[in-house]
Amino acid sequence: MTFDGASFEAREINAWRGDRHILRDVSFSVSPGEFLKITGPNGVGKTTLLRVVCGLLPAETGELHWRGKSIRGGRDEFNAELGYLGHLNSLKADLTARENLKFLAGLRQSLTAAAIDATLDRVGILSRGDLPARSLSAGQKRRLALARLLLADAALWILDEPVTNLDTAGIQLVETLIVDHVRQGGLAIAAAHQRLLDDAPCLRRLELEP
Amino acid sequence: MTRTPTTEAARLVFVRDVTLAWRRWDEVAQPLIFYVVVTTMFPLATTPDLSALRQIGGGVVWVAALLSSLLALEALFRADVEDGTMEQWVLSGQPLGWILLAKVAAHWVLTGLPLVIMSPIVGTGLGLPVSVWGVLMLSLLLGTGTLSVLGGIGAALTVGVRRGSVLLSLLVLPLAMPMLIFGSRAVSMQMDGDSPAGPLQLLAAIFFMALSLGPIAMSAAIRISVEN
Repeated sequence: MTFDGASFEAREINAWRGDRHILRDVSFSVSPGEFLKITGPNGVGKTTLLRVVCGLLPAETGELHWRGKSIRGGRDEFNAELGYLGHLNSLKADLTARENLKFLAGLRQSLTAAAIDATLDRVGILSRGDLPARSLSAGQKRRLALARLLLADAALWILDEPVTNLDTAGIQLVETLIVDHVRQGGLAIAAAHQRLLDDAPCLRRLELEP
Repeated sequence: MTRTPTTEAARLVFVRDVTLAWRRWDEVAQPLIFYVVVTTMFPLATTPDLSALRQIGGGVVWVAALLSSLLALEALFRADVEDGTMEQWVLSGQPLGWILLAKVAAHWVLTGLPLVIMSPIVGTGLGLPVSVWGVLMLSLLLGTGTLSVLGGIGAALTVGVRRGSVLLSLLVLPLAMPMLIFGSRAVSMQMDGDSPAGPLQLLAAIFFMALSLGPIAMSAAIRISVEN
């Protein structure tokens, strides 16, 4: 799959949570090969912004454009190219790691067993493939969620605190995955507190202020 | 890699839910046990006289079936919303209505269908003759199917609400009343030797209306519920 012509732009997003006006006229754009890192203190609206970008939360005003067109008309086409990794890992505790991938990532792409194994290997939990997700550690669950993101084969990655619970090797893994993704012409947007690709040439920053 | 067709996506959701239920069979068996226990209690509490029980038998089976399928409904979407699976479904690029309908279908196969299959046995315990088995099962087939879809709409609306189970019953039970009336009427008409075609056709009409409009309502309700 190619990510040709993929570009994302948000124009003057305003969003409210309850009676708090959290996002005020937030605008940004991401081009192919770019990684946008959203920073800011807790409660400033990073997660809200990412959920608005995904379309999980409606913006009060503002426009989202994907490939130069407003996503209002074609939500399903936009979603098909979008990979979202939220706070929650979206795993079923009673299913094995392989089954979790088969049943959730399989909704987006037709998967072969070999593709699942290759991805599990890439995130470093191939030996845990047949264990139920409940017996994985918090970091291994996060890695499994990353495997799901990889299998989605999406052009635009939206990552909410991707390195939560990960060890040093895990953080390096996330950095490698993001760099590989943008090198292929993909786009990535992440909210992060920790150091994440701080010196990479593909990095752009968006600082949210309270 | 190629995009998954919608039918394959719906099949995956269905198989996933059946697999999960297999590993949590105690939760799935609960409505069926409730159904058998409640219907067995009626002869004990009223009269063991079969000819007297026969008068209320159809109604008792129907009320018990309705309440037991309601038991399992509250949890229909809850787990998937809480662990974030629902967000991924909403963002999967697949039509959400199909995914939710597949989930409801799995729920019906696991909780509604066993009630239908068990109904001749519990009906016999209440003095229902073999001649009404067919009508009883057909009416329950349509009734539990409709209730699964209606309950799906209710569960989608209340999934974001704390202690939504009371609200769910209040929402769904009034809507289920027509099915209860037509369903038990069909059974008693068959027992009296009349043709039960009229109430059965009405049940079928309600079922197909729920089946066609339900997915739209469910996906709209779920989109609101995942906003939080």
